[in-house]
Amino acid sequence: MQDIRPDDVVAGSDEQVLVYHDGSSRKVLVVEKEVPFPEGKLIVSRTDPQGIITHGNQSFVEMSGFTEDELIGQPHNILRHPDMPKAAFQELWDTLSRGEKWSGYVKNLRKDGAYYWVLTTVVANIRHGEVVGYTSVRRKPSRQRIAECIEHYRELRAKELV
Amino acid sequence: MKPLTLTVSPDFMPDYIAGWYIFNTWLQRQLDVNIHLDLYSDFAEQRKAIAEDSVDLIYANPFDAAMLVREKGFTAIAAPKGKPDEVVLAVPAASSIMSVEELSEGVQVMSTDDPVVNLIGMMMIESADLHGENTQVQMVDSYVLVAKALFQEQAEVGFFLEEAYHNLSAFVKSQLRVLLSSQIHVVTHVLLAGPALAERHDDLQHCLVNMLELEKGKGVLESMGLSGWQAQTQEDTEFMIDLMDTLS
Repeated sequence: MQDIRPDDVVAGSDEQVLVYHDGSSRKVLVVEKEVPFPEGKLIVSRTDPQGIITHGNQSFVEMSGFTEDELIGQPHNILRHPDMPKAAFQELWDTLSRGEKWSGYVKNLRKDGAYYWVLTTVVANIRHGEVVGYTSVRRKPSRQRIAECIEHYRELRAKELV
Repeated sequence: MKPLTLTVSPDFMPDYIAGWYIFNTWLQRQLDVNIHLDLYSDFAEQRKAIAEDSVDLIYANPFDAAMLVREKGFTAIAAPKGKPDEVVLAVPAASSIMSVEELSEGVQVMSTDDPVVNLIGMMMIESADLHGENTQVQMVDSYVLVAKALFQEQAEVGFFLEEAYHNLSAFVKSQLRVLLSSQIHVVTHVLLAGPALAERHDDLQHCLVNMLELEKGKGVLESMGLSGWQAQTQEDTEFMIDLMDTLS
């Protein structure tokens, strides 16, 4: 996955390095700018069983700031924001591996370094008894829940950095 | 041979009842099979018929499609063109509520028994931290009654199928205000065929997708309030079911 380039990012960005579960890393540029969730819409994407994006609806593409071509074929963690604790995603994969659906509040990173909060639910796509991929649907989150998550995720991140 | 049974999701517009009978007659001629049309007045009654395996062909509400496909072995044939199931949240015109986030705990919601409208409607008020346990949801028999309850101030917000909202009279709509409309696009009613029609799946899909070109097809579609059918693959329907699973 490519690093975020300075040309793509709005002014005043902060450079951070994300380290993923497989040990790979990516340089991202982050700005303190929230993009509001599109009213009345759902952000929908699908991945293969390995978490590679195979499909995204128009809202998914628009909110990410990437083009559709830039997203398809990329790992879903292309949207990972450095403020998200690893524990949240570990819980996601643990829940899915038990055959259950997962819901949680997620701060996503846009290509331009800004962010957007979502309430995400992920389900396995089971066809003929086999998991053939995952569908992720994001809807508008409550500001109260976001405020709670900001605090909670900060604590989790602090523990992870120790 | 026992005739096959066609049924229609009870949330269709009353203006189109005759259209579904005309469609049934047209379809029997196209397929050269005996089909009996059974209409149910509510979802509970229709689900009972489905549970008893008394339905072979159904224009299904997307909410019921999950059960029909995954538990009863129905397969997807076609979906109406350009007619997704979208939801309108409306408030009385004079209401001080200007956004979903201004709705508060204990809000009185008026709705019908349409399961997909209720699912999407509840999802749309979730951003105000509202859910089944901190709202008072009352159900009435029709969207006209939902509208009436709103302008009589018996409820603060109403859930409408978008098509039903736009079919309300201008006078009724003038007393309401749209708070939010969904733009989900992929949740739609779908025509599903049961195992008894498995061998006719391709014939059925072909005649629906080409209905506009077939004899009398255009007029029949108009009588049902539809502009045409588009082929629906099983995966299209499975995807819609997965998506709705995330909302429930």
